[in-house]
Amino acid sequence: MTRVVYSEGEDRHATPADYLSGGWSIRSWLLTVDHKRIAWLYAVSITLFFFFGSAAALLIRLELLTPAGDLLSAESYNRLFSLHGIVMVWFFLIPSIPATLGNFLLPMMVGARDMAFPKLNLLSWYIYTLGGIFTIVAVIAGGVDTGWTFYTPYSTLFSNSAVLAAAVGVFIVGFSSILTGLNFVVTTHTMRAPGMTWGRLPLFVWANYATALIMVLATPVLTVTLLLIGLERTLGIGIFDPALGGDPLLFQHLFWFYSHPAVYIMILPAMGVVSEIVACFSRNPIFGYTGMVLSIMAIALFGFIVWGHHMFVSGQSLYAGILFSFFTFLVAVPSAIKTLNWTATLFRGRISFDAPMIYALSFLELFTVGGLTGVFLAALALDVHLHDTYFVTAHFHYIMVGGAVTAYMGGLHFWWPKLTGRLYSRAWATTAALALLIGLNLTFYPQFLLGYAGMPRRYHSYPDEFSILQVLSTLGTGVLALGYLLPLIYLSWSLRRGEKAGPNPWDAKGLEWQTPSPPPVHNFRETPVVEEGPYAYQ
Amino acid sequence: MNAKAQETPAIEDPPIGLKLIPEQASDYAQQVDFLYYALLGISAVLMGVLAALVVLFAVRYRRSLKGERGERISERSGRRLEIGFALLLCVSFMGLFYWGSRLYLDLYSAVDTDITVDVVGKQWMWKFQHPNGSREINTLHLPVGETVELRITSQDVIHSLSLPAFRLKRDAVPGMYTRAQFTPTRPGSYRLFCAEYCGTDHARMRGKVVVLERSDYQRWLAGGVDTPDRAEAGAQLFQSLGCGACHKADGSGLGPNLHGIFGSRVRLADGSEVVVDETYIRDSIVDPQAQLVAGYQPVMPSFSGQVSEEEILQLISYIQSLGQPLEADGEHD
Amino acid sequence: MPTNKSRPAVQFDDMDQQRHAGLLGMWVFLLTETLLFGGLFAGFAILRLQHGAVFAEATGHLNLPLAAINTALLLTSGLTMALAELAAGARLRRATLRWLLATIALGTLFLGIKGFEWYSEFQRQLVPVLNLPFHYSSELPAASGEQPVAAVAELFFNLYFIATGLHALHMLVGLGILAAMLWLAHRWRRPDRIDRQLRIAGLYWAFIDVVWIFIFTCFYLLRA
Repeated sequence: MTRVVYSEGEDRHATPADYLSGGWSIRSWLLTVDHKRIAWLYAVSITLFFFFGSAAALLIRLELLTPAGDLLSAESYNRLFSLHGIVMVWFFLIPSIPATLGNFLLPMMVGARDMAFPKLNLLSWYIYTLGGIFTIVAVIAGGVDTGWTFYTPYSTLFSNSAVLAAAVGVFIVGFSSILTGLNFVVTTHTMRAPGMTWGRLPLFVWANYATALIMVLATPVLTVTLLLIGLERTLGIGIFDPALGGDPLLFQHLFWFYSHPAVYIMILPAMGVVSEIVACFSRNPIFGYTGMVLSIMAIALFGFIVWGHHMFVSGQSLYAGILFSFFTFLVAVPSAIKTLNWTATLFRGRISFDAPMIYALSFLELFTVGGLTGVFLAALALDVHLHDTYFVTAHFHYIMVGGAVTAYMGGLHFWWPKLTGRLYSRAWATTAALALLIGLNLTFYPQFLLGYAGMPRRYHSYPDEFSILQVLSTLGTGVLALGYLLPLIYLSWSLRRGEKAGPNPWDAKGLEWQTPSPPPVHNFRETPVVEEGPYAYQ
Repeated sequence: MNAKAQETPAIEDPPIGLKLIPEQASDYAQQVDFLYYALLGISAVLMGVLAALVVLFAVRYRRSLKGERGERISERSGRRLEIGFALLLCVSFMGLFYWGSRLYLDLYSAVDTDITVDVVGKQWMWKFQHPNGSREINTLHLPVGETVELRITSQDVIHSLSLPAFRLKRDAVPGMYTRAQFTPTRPGSYRLFCAEYCGTDHARMRGKVVVLERSDYQRWLAGGVDTPDRAEAGAQLFQSLGCGACHKADGSGLGPNLHGIFGSRVRLADGSEVVVDETYIRDSIVDPQAQLVAGYQPVMPSFSGQVSEEEILQLISYIQSLGQPLEADGEHD
Repeated sequence: MPTNKSRPAVQFDDMDQQRHAGLLGMWVFLLTETLLFGGLFAGFAILRLQHGAVFAEATGHLNLPLAAINTALLLTSGLTMALAELAAGARLRRATLRWLLATIALGTLFLGIKGFEWYSEFQRQLVPVLNLPFHYSSELPAASGEQPVAAVAELFFNLYFIATGLHALHMLVGLGILAAMLWLAHRWRRPDRIDRQLRIAGLYWAFIDVVWIFIFTCFYLLRA
């Protein structure tokens, strides 16, 4: 793909020090402007939040083992699922792939020495941390019980929990998202190496670029919405209060105008990761590159005009419902094309089943189930029945956990040698990937059945008959937990004990593999010159 | 049987047992299930094809198998494949879109209803009132074979009335009326849930719909405590609140004559026109000056806080009972 | 290669790239800002449609002449800012300083007038927050037989204070940036850098202008 970038056997003294050799002092991490180190700051923070949110999920699942609300009180249960949602959405999923893998890889993939704005990059992590602190304060102050959706007028007039602290936390973390997005957009536009044309960008870069655009365009609407929530709760300005002439549905429109595109913030980078992995492990160029790029941009665009499908039973007009249903069907088409293209990439390849590939193929299954059930929900009459039931819960967990988190794990395993310079245990990684696949299906498949049977979400206790499916789901959580805890162990172990990886253990294409692992401080010894498209696998 | 309001009503789950496809208590439920089966079928085929291809490729093109792989798909045929697939999906999606939307419109478009039941959600119970004035909490009795319209609102936060056996769900939003209609076709008792998270005891805000034979329903209605029917209760309120002093039947009062006004169009002081429906009447009681009828002085005080949501619904029933509009141009959805 | 031009930051290859990145960064940021105010204006539009008459009437309670003066001030400041950018481009230190000062003065005057306007609204008891007395009466001839509804008028004033408050906050940030630029221009260490930063600051200042035009239109001019 590239001309002289780095060749082994060169004078070692001429090779610049790798980014980790700068030391392990706290100062060298907290004041770094190196995108690779900032990626690690993010990785550690989101991992903490991930296990925090997972603990909440585990307690929820344990409560649901029995129909009666016996393990937790209704108050605690409601606080736990709200916490789970808020933490997972804003403090894990949104930053997950972009802020870690994207942060680390995007500059390398376009052949740049760093982001366009390294200081803003660091600032965005500090803002993220500040938002996280507020959220933890909200938990300490008694928790928040509005659900992650903060629906009015419950959140503004009725809830007696720490809504304000939580909203401030989310409000703040939004700015971190905006800064990351801004950095990605500008870096992709202005920092590409010579020869790195738009048509030669890896799909991972395209996906993160589209994600960044969504971050920049959608997040401020959430910001202003949360501002209004805060003002309404403290000063009673009445914008969402029907008693003062306000409109509670206005909140839902504003909220979903952000939060639906936010789903694409979570899933688009995942699609990027999977594209890289599938191409590399089947030794084939990605099938239909142009189609893939167009799909990514189409998803990002259509993502902005489907928010009303969250409100089919809310009292918005019938015709608005029909229009939003129409667009929702449309947005499914580019996603389906991507699935087709990943499958076709396998055709006549040389497929190996290393851990990243198992994650990628799991993604394919989970994402397709999630996507197809999305079509169920797009059909108006079915949505009326399924809205706010476990069917919806299962659907978006298939997309967000099955899709986004699985791809994150896949990406982490794919680029781990690059990030750390070390290899991990192949056997353990395969075990963990399979545990994830089985655990996810076992946890969330029964929830589809619960949903069609009519069980609403966010229920602390439920009619007896549903318990068998709930028990299955909880069992699945156990397997799933294994799938998440194992990597924590063997990946940490590999940091010190793992085999040295060398610059390119997967024999992958892409600029990031043409430089040592771990990469030098400014990524490349000299600016690479790109002469081929991505995925030039033979 | 007409339950008095109590703080936390006991939960009565109907003894149904686990059914992956809930009971079909209306014809509409059956039609929704057809759509569900169709989608399940399509999904099974797509998933099947995908899984088969992945497994096939994984085996045939595994790396350990050496040897030539043959030509890759050319860009031209690749593009054809993509476009063909996209078109196929678009066509089938449009079919599904049409199917789903048709059913949805059936559910919400206006039809002649036999019974209108008022539904008020509050933290954490459902309050129902039948046209004859009978009230119940968390249990809704209905006759089989009659088209029921639910007129739904909330007195605090947003709730959502979910009736899985009828494949029906509608949010209860404070300050506005949403509606839904259905025709029970099978006697029995069915689940009823609040589906929109509404606070601490959200999960306890559930109950049952009991569909009775018509004669049983009549007997059930008659067995209730002797309460005035809903319109009558509204008439009494109309009296006791002194509404009649201005809204005189001969039109000579300070306020508009309410006879035949329901469903008609009126011109407002700002020149616009509105259809007098439930929401308009509610707004006029709570916030009289916001949409003032042309030619009248803004002298009516707000009754906000003086009348409950149920009482407003009774007043609406009373105004509805005051004859039909003179011109029948008052279509409303 | 010795050059008297300043070197770009390490991640950039040359000054052109850095300049381009800086400007694009500000454009993207302004895109975000547009959507921020966009959400607010969307909310305003929906409520305006629901309560057209009351909102139109409440508009009459705002001080149009003062707002018009403010509009003129801000537009003029846009001009002086552009002149400052031109001067910096031509490496004219004194002119840059002069036009920057003028811009800051106009911006400060704007905020002063805005503050006075808020104070007069406070005096007329039109600030419906913090349990302040809210007293709202019609000033328009009651020809339409219409009277304002206090609750909806409250909503209007809340929106008005949020929108103008948010705008004023942006003005303050803008003035802070301009003050920093003034200091840099006073020292005049690296004129090419001042030139580059001033262009970025100028974009932001222009954006504040545009937002004000929208606020002026929505809250002051829409009287029917």
